[in-house]
Amino acid sequence: MELIFFIEVLAGGLLAGVMYALVALGFVLIYKASGVFNFAQGSMVFFAALTFVSLTERGWNFWLALAATLAVMVLLGVATERVVLRPLVNQAPITLFMATIGLAFVLEGLSQLLWGSQPHGLELGIPDVPMEWLSRKWNVNISQFDLFAAFVAGALVAVLALLFQKTRIGRALRAVADDHQAALAVGIPLQHIWAIVWAVAGFVALVAGVMWGVRNGVQYALTFVALKALPVLILGGFESILGAIIGGLIIGAGEKLAEVYLGPYVGGGIESWFAYVIALLFLLVRPEGLFGEKHIDRV
Amino acid sequence: MIATSTYLAVNNIEVIYDHVILVLKGVSLEVQERQIVALLGANGAGKTTTLKAISNLLRAERGEVTKGQIVFRGERIDQLDPAGLVKRGICQVMEGRHCFQHLTVEENLLTGAYSRGALGAGLREDLEKVYAYFPRLKERRHSQSGYTSGGEQQMTAIGRALMARPTMILLDEPSMGLAPQLVEEIFEIVQELNRKEGVSFLLAEQNTNIALKYAGYGYILENGRVVMDGAGRSLAENEDVKEFYLGFSSAGRRSFRDVKSYRRRKRWL
Repeated sequence: MELIFFIEVLAGGLLAGVMYALVALGFVLIYKASGVFNFAQGSMVFFAALTFVSLTERGWNFWLALAATLAVMVLLGVATERVVLRPLVNQAPITLFMATIGLAFVLEGLSQLLWGSQPHGLELGIPDVPMEWLSRKWNVNISQFDLFAAFVAGALVAVLALLFQKTRIGRALRAVADDHQAALAVGIPLQHIWAIVWAVAGFVALVAGVMWGVRNGVQYALTFVALKALPVLILGGFESILGAIIGGLIIGAGEKLAEVYLGPYVGGGIESWFAYVIALLFLLVRPEGLFGEKHIDRV
Repeated sequence: MIATSTYLAVNNIEVIYDHVILVLKGVSLEVQERQIVALLGANGAGKTTTLKAISNLLRAERGEVTKGQIVFRGERIDQLDPAGLVKRGICQVMEGRHCFQHLTVEENLLTGAYSRGALGAGLREDLEKVYAYFPRLKERRHSQSGYTSGGEQQMTAIGRALMARPTMILLDEPSMGLAPQLVEEIFEIVQELNRKEGVSFLLAEQNTNIALKYAGYGYILENGRVVMDGAGRSLAENEDVKEFYLGFSSAGRRSFRDVKSYRRRKRWL
């Protein structure tokens, strides 16, 4: 009984972690390619989810709405490159970071201006209820929707990893991340690469937005899921796609287990901040994260 | 010089950084097809700026060509972006190598072929060709280039440029931070590339001695101006060049004090 309960908590945590990882992925993409911490990622998640849900509520078919939202996110990525990033080429990272803060506010305002500010429910047809055969056979309760989310995240990571490691564009993305100037010198057009990265990040934001929208409803608070991605990034490393997933799993499992097994001793309610404690401890031991790129110095 | 055979011509360009700092004050030079031309001068003379003006990497550093023009194979190129230049066959190897540290040596080389499009026909052959010129790179093809030695990084940088199939390479300070023997090796390969592949080189160097040994023609820059030019051999034998850049003079060794006072009075042009 004890063991089954433990497994249930662990699985619940791991699957919650996958949801964090979905958001963290968007950060990783942009950080990898431009060395910018994109403060607007949370807003992009919100914007994507709100656009999608508003379209479906207006009677659009699911796939059509998804495609339309994807198109909007790609356009947004291209526009961001043109309007925000291009004028700031070769500026300090902090300048670009500030620009993304501005972008976050613009996006939040824009999405509510376009679609209104009332919360929406979102339904994909996959119920958030325990898998029946699992509970019958093993007496373990694991949500169907959580499993679905895990599957989606897994597929997304596989696709992104392939894109980054095996394709010409992916190689160019990593090259730009390493050295803008040298990338320019060998004829990689920075503008295209950045537009591609922001478009892909927009796509990831859409996936995360839909998943989180189903879970918590599509509302302004969705922008704050980005805060949950922070400890994941610190743990997994800002540059690693794999790190985002592993980090998400550790954070998710860690906070659920802590809530259940440590919570009673300190009065409970530690789930919401335990992730940051893990991240803080991690910063002391391994500041580049589990899979982050080591800074290579020649001595 | 016959205008028709001129491959790359820089006509009286002025470069201004940050809208105020005038770095090049009217530089003109020419490179013929299949020629190695050396751009010499001390620190801050404007060698790198000249190369970056040609490859148009200046704009990313807030520099600007405000006067003059740059012509490559009869086409004005001073308004093109670096990617467009690479497509036309001009590729710069930057000072300090600038390898993509977290990519392997082979991935570095492959990024060089980016401008050739998605299909990249003949990629494998070109890779083998680069490995033939730089066998060391083949041994280290799977190492992260950030962990390779300075010489290997220089080879990676040159090899990466070759992958774009350039007809003209702008080589900035290839000798920087390398052991004399390695410098010799790199210059030998440059010469071979020039002879066998027909690649023209414009190379900026502080190491006047070795640059003039391999270059057919040379320009000497000082304070953003060309102060002297001539065939490689004649420059190497010029008394003033010997005095200022090669470190010996006909009068034999002299005390540093004399040299200084002589220098202060003497002006080019």
